[in-house]
Amino acid sequence: MTENVKNRVIRIIAEQALIAPGDVAMDQSLEDLSIDSMALVEAIFAIEEEFDIQVPFNANEPDKSEFDISTVATIVAAVEMLVAEQKA
Amino acid sequence: MHRVVITGAGTINPLGHCVAATFEAMREGRCGIGPLDIRDVDRLSIKIGGQVRDYDPHERFNRQQQALYDRFTQFTMIAAKEAIEQSGLEFTGALAAESGVVFGTSGGGLTTQDENYRAVYEEGKNRVHPFIVPKLMNNAAASHVSMTWNLKGPSFTVATACASSNHAMGQAFWLVRNGAARAMVTGGSESMLCFGGVKAWEGLRVMSRDACRPFSANRNGMVQGEGAGVFVFEEYEHARARGANILAEVVGFSMTSDAADIVMPSQQGAARAMAGALRDAGIDAGQVEYINAHGTGTAANDKTECAAVANVFGAHADKVMISSTKSMHGHLIGGTGAVELLAVVMALKDGVVAPTIGYQEPDPECALDVVPNEAREAKVTYALSNAFAFGGLNAVLALKKM
Repeated sequence: MTENVKNRVIRIIAEQALIAPGDVAMDQSLEDLSIDSMALVEAIFAIEEEFDIQVPFNANEPDKSEFDISTVATIVAAVEMLVAEQKA
Repeated sequence: MHRVVITGAGTINPLGHCVAATFEAMREGRCGIGPLDIRDVDRLSIKIGGQVRDYDPHERFNRQQQALYDRFTQFTMIAAKEAIEQSGLEFTGALAAESGVVFGTSGGGLTTQDENYRAVYEEGKNRVHPFIVPKLMNNAAASHVSMTWNLKGPSFTVATACASSNHAMGQAFWLVRNGAARAMVTGGSESMLCFGGVKAWEGLRVMSRDACRPFSANRNGMVQGEGAGVFVFEEYEHARARGANILAEVVGFSMTSDAADIVMPSQQGAARAMAGALRDAGIDAGQVEYINAHGTGTAANDKTECAAVANVFGAHADKVMISSTKSMHGHLIGGTGAVELLAVVMALKDGVVAPTIGYQEPDPECALDVVPNEAREAKVTYALSNAFAFGGLNAVLALKKM
């Protein structure tokens, strides 16, 4: 693997937050990064395209989703899990 | 200023192929949403919708008509025939010149586009049928109604996404009220339940995978439907002079724009539209007994709409009934306001308020009388019908019992 999952997810989040990847901290929430619901849906689409995975996410009930979006770290962990699962 | 009344209604939608069947389904709180039966449904993650069932275009239209009528036009023609026949109007001479058609649609001939893009891109064909353009154009339905029933006055199509039908009926109302037309055939139609249509909606991640449950705390999104609703709006004195059967009176209309966000609704924009319709009708909020909600079943719409109602109606908000029939027929996008106006006509004419079905858990952010799960008998004199579109374009109609 040329680049790990964490860095690739951070790059996608940074693009939506309009900041440099180096300025994204793992404990930041989407709100901290000023990512609104539309930017989130775009980020999830970009993640799906980047990793060729399906992300279970419904904008009507973001809290109920198995895909935990509370911080950058939880998003990275969720993507790592989906990548491992969907490769299997 | 002329008074405007409704003298004909027609429909085909997931609840029935005519007005009587639709009223019956609304009274019984029947659900017309089910598994989608369309090509490549296995490649969709959203697999439910409010489809028009048991429908065979070959039984309704000949080969030449089918070559020109996209599914949204077919639905319009069926609904228009029922509405115009009920009105008893024959459009000849001066009346023909003073009568027109204004319809709402969002996707127009989307099914035709989907099929033909598939033919040229997926199947690699280098030739499509010669009538694809006149079949897919958004004004095809309005034009075919004008041609078939000889309507020679003002005719056009309005596209404002989910508010298209309400905007269209508002224009029809104003044309008749201002004296620019004697009668208008109006309403809307939509048929987006094709692979490309549903796939595009999936992307927004606002669609439910199981049901449309407006105002319920466990709602999880909208469900798309298809179909048409058509009405004949007629100048009151003209209708009275010929002894027409009057279904209801259209008394007010208002349009506002949120000027804020391309998808998120605005409480203020919705409230201004409702208040505007009341003002245009010359009535107080306290006189309204029923509101047919936009009620899409998304987290965002329903709480915003309820807050807007509370804002406009004040203490009376607790007394007014508000229901979303999208729980039964789904969201017909550009045709939705027209099919929903049927619920308003039923409330005014028959004294039966259609329910919000699928209601399971109260939501403190939607703490209004949403007529949960069962239709209710009630005397309704004034009612509103709400439509709030993506793009922040709002249109609200006010109707009165005759």
